[in-house]
Amino acid sequence: MKKILSTNEFLVALIIIVLSIIIGSKNSVFFTAGNLIDLLRSGIVMGIFAIGVLIVIVSGGIDVSFTAIASFCMYTTTKVLNYYDFQGSVLIAFVLAGAMGLILGLINATFISFFKLPTLIVTLGTASMYSGFLLAFVGVREISNLPAGMSKFAKMNILKVTSENGVVSSLHFSILILIAVVIITWLLLRYTMLGRGIYAIGGDRVAAERAGFNITAIQFFIYGFVGLLSGIAGIVHTTLMRNSNPVNLLGMELIVIAAVVLGGARITGGHGTVLGTLLGLFLVIIMNNSLILLGVPSYWQRLVIGILILIGTGATAYRTMRSSRQLHRNSVG
Amino acid sequence: MMQEHLIKVTNVSKSFAGVQALKNIDLTIKRGEIRCLAGENGCGKSTLIKIISGAHVPDEGDIEINGKHYKRLHPIEAIREGIQVIYQDFSIFPNLTAAENIALNSELAKNRRFVNWKRVKSIAKEAIRKIDVNIDLDAKVENLSVADKQLIAISRALLQNAKLIIMDEPTTALTQKEVNALFKVVKSLQQKGISILFVSHKLDEVFDLAEKITILRNGQNVIDGDTSQFDKEKFVYYMTGRKISESHYELQQESNQCLLKVEKLSQKGSFYDISFDLYSGEILGITGLLGSGRTELAMALFGLNPADSGRIYVEDRLTEIKTVQDAIKNRIAYVPEDRLTEGLFLQQSIGRNIIISTVEKLLNKYKLIDSEKMNIQINHWVKELNIATPSTHLPVQALSGGNQQRVVLAKWLATNPKILILNGPTVGVDIGSKTDIHQIIRELAQQGVGVIVISDDIPELLHNCNRILIMRKGRIVGEFGGKSITEKELAHQLSAT
Amino acid sequence: MSVQINKQREIKSFERLKDLKAFHFIIEDSNLTRLFLIMIFIFVLMTAMKPELFPTIDNLSSMAFQFPEFGILAIAMMIAMLTGGIDLSIIGIANLSGILAALTMVKLIPEGSSFNHVMLVILLAMAVSALTGILCGLFNGFAVARIGIPPILTTLGTMQLFTGIAIVITKGTAVYGLPAQFSYIGNGTLWILPIPLMIFIVFAAIFTVILHKTSFGLKLYMMGTNPTASRFSGINNAVMLMKTYMMSGLLAAFSGLIIIARTNSAKADYGTSYTLQALLVAVMAGVNPNGGFGKVTGIVFAVLTLQFLSSGFNMLHFSNFFKDFVWGAVLLIVMVTNYIINHSKKKVSKNTNK
Repeated sequence: MKKILSTNEFLVALIIIVLSIIIGSKNSVFFTAGNLIDLLRSGIVMGIFAIGVLIVIVSGGIDVSFTAIASFCMYTTTKVLNYYDFQGSVLIAFVLAGAMGLILGLINATFISFFKLPTLIVTLGTASMYSGFLLAFVGVREISNLPAGMSKFAKMNILKVTSENGVVSSLHFSILILIAVVIITWLLLRYTMLGRGIYAIGGDRVAAERAGFNITAIQFFIYGFVGLLSGIAGIVHTTLMRNSNPVNLLGMELIVIAAVVLGGARITGGHGTVLGTLLGLFLVIIMNNSLILLGVPSYWQRLVIGILILIGTGATAYRTMRSSRQLHRNSVG
Repeated sequence: MMQEHLIKVTNVSKSFAGVQALKNIDLTIKRGEIRCLAGENGCGKSTLIKIISGAHVPDEGDIEINGKHYKRLHPIEAIREGIQVIYQDFSIFPNLTAAENIALNSELAKNRRFVNWKRVKSIAKEAIRKIDVNIDLDAKVENLSVADKQLIAISRALLQNAKLIIMDEPTTALTQKEVNALFKVVKSLQQKGISILFVSHKLDEVFDLAEKITILRNGQNVIDGDTSQFDKEKFVYYMTGRKISESHYELQQESNQCLLKVEKLSQKGSFYDISFDLYSGEILGITGLLGSGRTELAMALFGLNPADSGRIYVEDRLTEIKTVQDAIKNRIAYVPEDRLTEGLFLQQSIGRNIIISTVEKLLNKYKLIDSEKMNIQINHWVKELNIATPSTHLPVQALSGGNQQRVVLAKWLATNPKILILNGPTVGVDIGSKTDIHQIIRELAQQGVGVIVISDDIPELLHNCNRILIMRKGRIVGEFGGKSITEKELAHQLSAT
Repeated sequence: MSVQINKQREIKSFERLKDLKAFHFIIEDSNLTRLFLIMIFIFVLMTAMKPELFPTIDNLSSMAFQFPEFGILAIAMMIAMLTGGIDLSIIGIANLSGILAALTMVKLIPEGSSFNHVMLVILLAMAVSALTGILCGLFNGFAVARIGIPPILTTLGTMQLFTGIAIVITKGTAVYGLPAQFSYIGNGTLWILPIPLMIFIVFAAIFTVILHKTSFGLKLYMMGTNPTASRFSGINNAVMLMKTYMMSGLLAAFSGLIIIARTNSAKADYGTSYTLQALLVAVMAGVNPNGGFGKVTGIVFAVLTLQFLSSGFNMLHFSNFFKDFVWGAVLLIVMVTNYIINHSKKKVSKNTNK
């Protein structure tokens, strides 16, 4: 019991509950079905990204290129499908964008694995290349006229709620994609040797090598998987926004990383859970979306997010610093 | 028909970049044999281990395991033949549970794709039952003690059908009690027919445990024989190639200048009621097992982790030592336990390593570093301490252990200390440098410096200290004159509970 | 006798190590030389492609106006990286301090003020900006050194925080109407030398001296190499970290001043891509992300290389975004080349000695 109470997940959940009560008591709109659905909806794309980021951080790396990959995939896919005036299913869009994302992710993996370059630097470089290429050669103008399959998909809601004053909130089908990604990743990390390998690399790379893990293969999987997820997230983003904009995802990467870290993943690798990531993300989304409900002008958003990140990471850092001091005292002879 | 010997290495040589690391080595290990591999640092021990485990390919020679001959042994083949190496860092994952750490490698070797947590747990349970120990299998390894980590590494090796377990200096970080427990485990492995290759240069351990001893020097096998053929002198002689003369350090004259007086110093969880004096010209030994509080005491005296209560007098002045800067101001210097992580800036130059604590004294009137003063200082200490290097611009990681330790010493001697605390001054240092370092310490004491040597190397203490304090569970439990106690008695005092 | 043999053996083992181990000094310098050659090569290449436009005084001077704000940010990034950390908040600091300076000027200079009054307020505004930068840096340093938040997370948070404060102060709008005398800092020339360039040269020189000639610099490199050993050597790591992040903040503030002077306005979200680009420049310059190694000279070469590239591409009528692509590519090419060369060096020496 004590173990559960001291986990990071519990702490974040507690903060979420307290925060919800505070916001809810100030404005009853918070607990309406409509608002909750809006919160979920705004978490879909970030959620898919966050799962990808989690895997990278657990393995001891960091990826800042996923928004560039997502932008690249969704915009290029939209443009290509429009060019051929494609009328078929949205599945093709997902396959196309997913495949592109996979390839871009594997390019990341090549630099990281073969040339042993630091992950931050590689993804920084490729992010600049991917978005530069996209904007220079594919296009810069927003496409509001989506291919048929995608605009049909955009209208697929699984739940619709109309509030008293007539505002409609709808839960989009793509929440199921997020749920699928979450379940698959959870199973992968928990019950496959590959998943344990990801934790092992993050814990001690040399030991993982000696144990017989194929580090190269695992790294190719990690960055390929993140690329694939980014491609899918890109299409989801486009359909939710009902237009394809090559720049409006860029810049989101640091918030997503922050959410994953708030959820307990350690930037040094080896630690992090799917549940924690979802909680961390939910916390960020609540803060992001509820300021207006509290009557705070929306331009306070950045400041609040900044404080949230500092308090969240500060609390964990302070705890680990104290406990490691304790441990140090006890273990040094 | 099963051969009597498990592994037979014949005429193996290996060189790196033109330097001969191993030359015509022969080594035979029988089934169920405990063999000690000894030698100074850089004698080729680790190269030989790497060849046996397939990590290095020998330039020439033959490796025969279980009757099969290998010219090129791959790591996978070595594992299949039952060869397991337990590295000094144990190669375990701090972020995973003990159970998973134990089971992971063998599950991986079986090419399993999925993890069955029940199976993992039962495998781990079975594995620790085999060596008859008790470990919390659900605990994350980062929260376990060094001894437990080692047991995890051993049980993991056993799971892979180990026939030969190679242990690389396994007792370095263990308490005496843990060492005894480890030896029990090793002996029980032997009864199961498993061979052990035990790398160590601690004499008492070797004589305690091993049946056979192989000693390497400069990449050559200098002797091979039953433990009973050896005595201490012979062992040291073969390791170093020279006879070490042993003498005692004696105070030249009683000094009444008290450099350091410690009164009732306590730190919760580490040490309690520590009181002692240190006089000019003394070499005071402090010894105790790992966990006895000896390192914490040193760190408290040096301001790294200040004590909670008690008084420290430096040259009869009541002094607060709350930070390292305070300690340095009081002319206290500390040569730390772990040279590589605490003492040196490995990738930086030898010169920078020497001047880092005295750089404030090397400034010109514009507060900029005076290169001329700096070079004079660096060259002075390189010469004074006989640091063997072609250039002071080389990174200090290029030096041997002994020379690295001299660099650490130089850094502190440059601060002109009155009180010098050395924690494990000759750990991982070859015997030649060891003698030199002892000589330096004695000369310093003769010049009036008060020296504290913290060590668990009993001969080192006996020969260099005029007084020895014994710590146990955070308290000083005894004080002896350097000449008034024998090695046996001191060892007994140390491990008493 | 035996001692002598011992020594010979050690010296011999040195030679071996010299071949095998990556010798940071030698490699660091050869990477620097390579970077210098790349810079020259790009310059020559662009000159060859646009001989009538690229090597002209006009172009050189326009480049000299463009890169300093960015080069100063790169130095700020570098010194944070020397500690083994990173500073993602520099552009946030630059914008926040720029906005505060701009507001100071706008509020305190009514129409028709005397020249002396204007100059006084400009000095005051610069002081406000510098103070803001130092305080922001102190905040970063405190969070890293005293609370123990990893630098990447600290500055990720403060980047949001500082930008957030700037947005809240301005309600998301830009501040206009800076005095003409002030915009001289961003647009004026002294003889033929642009003022921003001179500011950059001054800072590059100051930081070269700080890093290589002061005890602070030596301690900074050492702490970045091994923080534990530096604590054991009597260096006060916490103070060093706070000082370094304060310097980083101060540099960012000066960059902010150049930015508002050059664009004649202050905005909370100016140059958001600068953070990652500054990091890119630092890495390309050979600054080790793990700390302890890196030189101002490298920053100068790297920032000039990238400036030549983007100006050249501009003249070749490539899209502005193409620059991003090329920057990313150059970063990766430089890193991969360094890897391959340093790696094969080791291999060759192994083989030839066999």
